[in-house]
Amino acid sequence: MSAVTSTAMTDDKPLLSVEHLTMRFGGLVANNDVSFVARAGEITALIGPNGAGKTTLFNCVTGFYTPTVGRLTLRHSDGKEFLLERMPGYRIAQQAGVARTFQNIRLFGGMSVLENLIVAQHNKLMRASGFAIAGLLGLPTYRAAENEALELAKYWLDRVKLTEFADWEAGNLPYGAQRRLEIARAMCTEPVLLCLDEPAAGLNPRESGDLAEILTFIRDARNPNGRQTGVLLIEHDMSVVMRISDHVVVLDYGRKISDGDPNSVKNDPAVIRAYLGEDEDADLPPEIAADLSVSAPAAQKGA
Amino acid sequence: MTMPSHAAGAPPHGAPHVAAKAVDWSGSLRDAGFAAFVALLLTVPLVGLRTIDRPTGLGIEARPEEVVASVLLVFFGRLGLGLIGQGLALPVLFLALAAAAVGLAIPLPTQVLRLVLVAGGGIIALRAAFAVTTHRSKLTLAERDRKMDRVAAQVQHATKYIAPVAFIGAVLLPMTPLADRQLLDIGILLLTYIMLGWGLNIVVGLAGLLDLGYVAFYAVGAYSYALLAHYFGLSFWVCLPLAGLLAAFSGVLLGFPVLRLRGDYFAIVTLGFGEIVRIILVNWYQFTGGPNGISGIPRPSFFGLAEFSRTPAEGMAAFHELFGLEFSPLHRIVFMYYLILALALAVNLFTLRIRKLPLGRAWEALREDEIASASLGINRTNMKLAAFAIAAMFGGFAGSFFATRQGFISPESFTFIESAIILAIVVLGGMGSQAGVVVATLLVIGLPEAFRELADYRMLAFGMGMVVIMLWRPRGLLAHRDPTILLHGGKKPATGGAAR
Repeated sequence: MSAVTSTAMTDDKPLLSVEHLTMRFGGLVANNDVSFVARAGEITALIGPNGAGKTTLFNCVTGFYTPTVGRLTLRHSDGKEFLLERMPGYRIAQQAGVARTFQNIRLFGGMSVLENLIVAQHNKLMRASGFAIAGLLGLPTYRAAENEALELAKYWLDRVKLTEFADWEAGNLPYGAQRRLEIARAMCTEPVLLCLDEPAAGLNPRESGDLAEILTFIRDARNPNGRQTGVLLIEHDMSVVMRISDHVVVLDYGRKISDGDPNSVKNDPAVIRAYLGEDEDADLPPEIAADLSVSAPAAQKGA
Repeated sequence: MTMPSHAAGAPPHGAPHVAAKAVDWSGSLRDAGFAAFVALLLTVPLVGLRTIDRPTGLGIEARPEEVVASVLLVFFGRLGLGLIGQGLALPVLFLALAAAAVGLAIPLPTQVLRLVLVAGGGIIALRAAFAVTTHRSKLTLAERDRKMDRVAAQVQHATKYIAPVAFIGAVLLPMTPLADRQLLDIGILLLTYIMLGWGLNIVVGLAGLLDLGYVAFYAVGAYSYALLAHYFGLSFWVCLPLAGLLAAFSGVLLGFPVLRLRGDYFAIVTLGFGEIVRIILVNWYQFTGGPNGISGIPRPSFFGLAEFSRTPAEGMAAFHELFGLEFSPLHRIVFMYYLILALALAVNLFTLRIRKLPLGRAWEALREDEIASASLGINRTNMKLAAFAIAAMFGGFAGSFFATRQGFISPESFTFIESAIILAIVVLGGMGSQAGVVVATLLVIGLPEAFRELADYRMLAFGMGMVVIMLWRPRGLLAHRDPTILLHGGKKPATGGAAR
């Protein structure tokens, strides 16, 4: 893969750096020069009003779109670098280790819960089954790999409290359980970066509490070789965002308007203005006033 | 046209009948009358008029008594259904049984009328019996769906025991005294379609790609063998794997440009591919023999050891001499039967196994949701190409078997209708269901074969059967999917979630 370059291992380098990302759909600018970083072992939340370009950014990171301008670099802890904007979608999941969930849940509804988690380990198992040939012959190497996959699936089933539903059709699960299953499925690919698109949408307060617990667990857990997973999160539920994120990036009309820890973002006037609308007479800090006059044309273009 | 659902006085679904409720005779009669009127409109042109070939030209003959009979049948049938809904199930049951008995006992002017009378009486009697035992005239759609699914699940579980029995039956069939030439020929025909159905099931049922041109691969296989034998004199046993390879290759060739398409577009392109192959075969006269086809395709030998003829070619043993048997032309037919049985079973075993492997699971995942599959790092193109090539290979095997069985092939055998029949088998049986393919083949191919004496009416019955299945079980007869891996052992989950 030409997109892979090896560099010296440096711990302070972020897991994902997004640099000058711009995504245009014809005349519509969905993301305009967005730059930020996400680190392993942290939850980076991406917030913003509807239509701010959060999901578009997600689709760029996970390879569903190719950005018009910009660079997306993913660094593994062993020093490998992947330039995500140059890789086809499925390779980003397969090689770079980026897993995602979807805003409107996309499970394999006709398959059982357990099968959903086994399918997620497709590439590993495909290699072990010798591209189906060893598997067809029933060689023991494949059986061992399948048992291993089953163990991982069980582990995550246990984590998201779905063990008793393992043999259910995924489409028959209650809504909240489907959300959790989708996260478990993404985690079964053993990603270095987990991207969650509105995981708390439609959940009741107790369920979002459970979700926050799962996400903090994913953030804090280390896999056997000491690697931590980074979490990139789009969320509208501010209570969840403020409680669990380590780092918040705010988008509005495709531009980044704020970036920092939850508390500083919460009190950022630009953020307040984006969410609550602005008061014409209120005097704004000068740098935000300047920012506003730049973003106003973009806003019109975006609308 | 809508069947009147304003049957007056029909109780709401699921409500128990009130015995004292008055029967709405005029409503029921009006309803039945309307149904009879619709039947009249339909039967006058379809049944009432018949073209006959006269020396002076084409003439038209009226058949009023057939029309009257069918209209009366519809009238009484509808009336019976209406009355069952109003709590008169018991009398209707007796009357329907009487009608069926009359149909069986008394000679009627036409065979068809008799069939309709017996079948119609039987169905209404069943319906009435159901109403009598459960005090309900009708199930709601969801209830029916659930019930059918439960039946399908039970059948699926029963296939564990039925399949070995059916297998042993199929193996022993040629040894029974029943096995005459005709029965074995029908057996070979059925097994060929079962094999094709199982092959197509990989693409349609597992990978969820609607392939309307499957017959193209069947044709590639058949012509591969025929042409290789014709030009190079290769034997069947050399050509069989070659035909499979060539068909798989043509599958990949088609797959590369096509697999980026989805849904309807994909179906249309495969349809076009099927036609392209047929038209090439028709028009490449110098090579394929064009519409005249290829005749004199060599029959298979007994694994290259012996021939199935009384006087074998130089240097070949004769099968009957090799085994010290009396010569019989049936030997070759029996051998063919076992050959196609083995080929079909190989496809079945492959599918059963691949479903439990990552490749098969990835196919099913692609069928369920392509976007999600890509997000998990599944290479969509490769997976679909694999499905396409493997299914094409099995089609190619079946094709070369077809060529060697017939001894003659022409593009006529590979028209779109063949693709449609194979697809109908897969869809009727229930997409992805192996047992469903067998059941549907018996229905789609077996029944018309069995009722040959009914001539064209068997196609009418076939169409009616299709309509009934689409109404009652749109997902296919045995559409029930069992998970390929269970966490909680073999026992069903207590809540029955997986079997819903």
